[in-house]
Amino acid sequence: MNAMSTDPFTPLPSTRSAGPVPRTGVSLILRLELSESLRSRWFHFYSLVVVGLMLLLITTGISESRVLGFTGLSRLLVSYIQIAMAVLPLFIIVTTARSMVGDREAGNLEYMLAFPVSLTTWYWGRFLARLVLVLAPVGVALIVAGVYGMAMGHAVPWWHIGLYSGLIAALATCFLGLGFLISAWSRSTEVALGASLLIWLLLVALLDLLLLSVLIQQRVSSDLVIGIALANPLQAFRTASMILFDPQLILLGPSSYVILDNFGVNGYVAWAMGYPVALGLALAGLGFWRFRKSDLV
Amino acid sequence: MITIDRLTKRFDRRAVLDELTLSIDAGDRIALIGSNGAGKTTLFRCLLGHYGHGGSVGFEGTSGKRRDARALARIAFVPQLPPPLRMPVGELLTFAEKGAGASRARMDEIAGKLGIDLDEVRRRPFYRLSGGQKQKILVTVALGRDADLMIFDEPAANLDPAARAVFIDLLAERRDASMLIASHRLEEVAPLVNRVIELDRGRVVLDDNLRDRLRAGDFRQALIVLSAPHAPLTQALEGWGFRSDATGTRFSGPVPSAETFRFLGLLARYGSLIEQMTLEQVPERVF
Repeated sequence: MNAMSTDPFTPLPSTRSAGPVPRTGVSLILRLELSESLRSRWFHFYSLVVVGLMLLLITTGISESRVLGFTGLSRLLVSYIQIAMAVLPLFIIVTTARSMVGDREAGNLEYMLAFPVSLTTWYWGRFLARLVLVLAPVGVALIVAGVYGMAMGHAVPWWHIGLYSGLIAALATCFLGLGFLISAWSRSTEVALGASLLIWLLLVALLDLLLLSVLIQQRVSSDLVIGIALANPLQAFRTASMILFDPQLILLGPSSYVILDNFGVNGYVAWAMGYPVALGLALAGLGFWRFRKSDLV
Repeated sequence: MITIDRLTKRFDRRAVLDELTLSIDAGDRIALIGSNGAGKTTLFRCLLGHYGHGGSVGFEGTSGKRRDARALARIAFVPQLPPPLRMPVGELLTFAEKGAGASRARMDEIAGKLGIDLDEVRRRPFYRLSGGQKQKILVTVALGRDADLMIFDEPAANLDPAARAVFIDLLAERRDASMLIASHRLEEVAPLVNRVIELDRGRVVLDDNLRDRLRAGDFRQALIVLSAPHAPLTQALEGWGFRSDATGTRFSGPVPSAETFRFLGLLARYGSLIEQMTLEQVPERVF
């Protein structure tokens, strides 16, 4: 039994096939993240809220009312877009910020990153999958609105629907990037959640409705106020969404002169789409740098 | 295969790995032992590129970067605690198959031997399985891969005795891969390993390479005295070529040095019967 005629520890030749070294590609990570999120409660709730809001606005007959000259589908979209501005960023930042740090705390990262997947593929694959996921319900909601408009005989402002979709995509990219940055930087879910709520509150506070109007009232330098307004992606979204249906920005008051004189309608819409995307990608890139440099688990 | 040179990892200035230097050759089956906090898991995480560190970890034929996917393609890993993955088991197996080259047929075979029916659990979320089932799936995935190095962090902790025995046999069969096994139960992995490394406060305090001794043909002379005759143990010792006296309680015989841990693993099962035991190195086989 024990007499050792041969060394049981002598290694046998590797059974590894001579083909290419196995590697986890971005499509596999995308599929994994998509199916993981599709099963998660946050996505079900988020989809319910985003699509449900549109259905709620439709059933309350808001398209039949008239406010500041808006009626029909335009009225519906203006209302929806303003609500989306409040709901979308909060959902995105809170759920994203806790995603990676939560996986790290649970031990999922330790296991999954032991597979042959590059960090670039892992991180950006997840980013892309999340972007698709947060935009899909909004797309569904806007399609529902379009179909409803056609059914009711309203003129469907397809151009505006397209621009709104672009604005929402830009805003989503921005907050997704912010969420990834917070998630990569935080060492615990609590810190990530706290930081994401704080940043969201700060950006909401710096809207023209709140702190920004106080700053104007206090006669703070107009350049500073305009700078804050331009830098705040929420404000950029809000102003651009207004400018599409109110090109003179009557709703915004005297501030509109600064925007229209310096940007023009098209210029400002381009800014409101380009700047949040660039900011979101820059923040996500910073998060990636942090993720790669720090301990992964 | 792997060269670790002055590997240092600190947490809040406290060195968990302290200039650890080590090399792992092809065919090494290493039991990594040490008390809690000795640095075993930290060493694994450095090898897997999870932690930034001082010093260097070099895999043969790879770039030497902290985390190299080509190196990870050659490593299979089973963590101490199964992660609470929400994905169904089938999805995890597909991920291992497509992303890490695991063989579906081999995974089916291994899972069968471990007593788990993959078809039955395929649709169930991984985190909903029992601790033992999770561990079996992770072992299945690891052994289903064509890895050159297998890293197991307390791999049998959640397994029932029967599955543990099968698991040890499965590892013993995988002679094409080197292994690094952290375990608090040395007797359990003893039959598998040819090298024992003990860590203490981030340093190697013992590196016992039994393969070298085996090549030198070393044996140990063992003397065992039992408190009372015991038929199963007598039979097992006779299988090792031991002779007993007339009382059936005193046994002596040779133990090849390379099989010392396997022998001690056998004795551990009958520890309460043993009154006296000596194990002395002899220069060459005299029996």
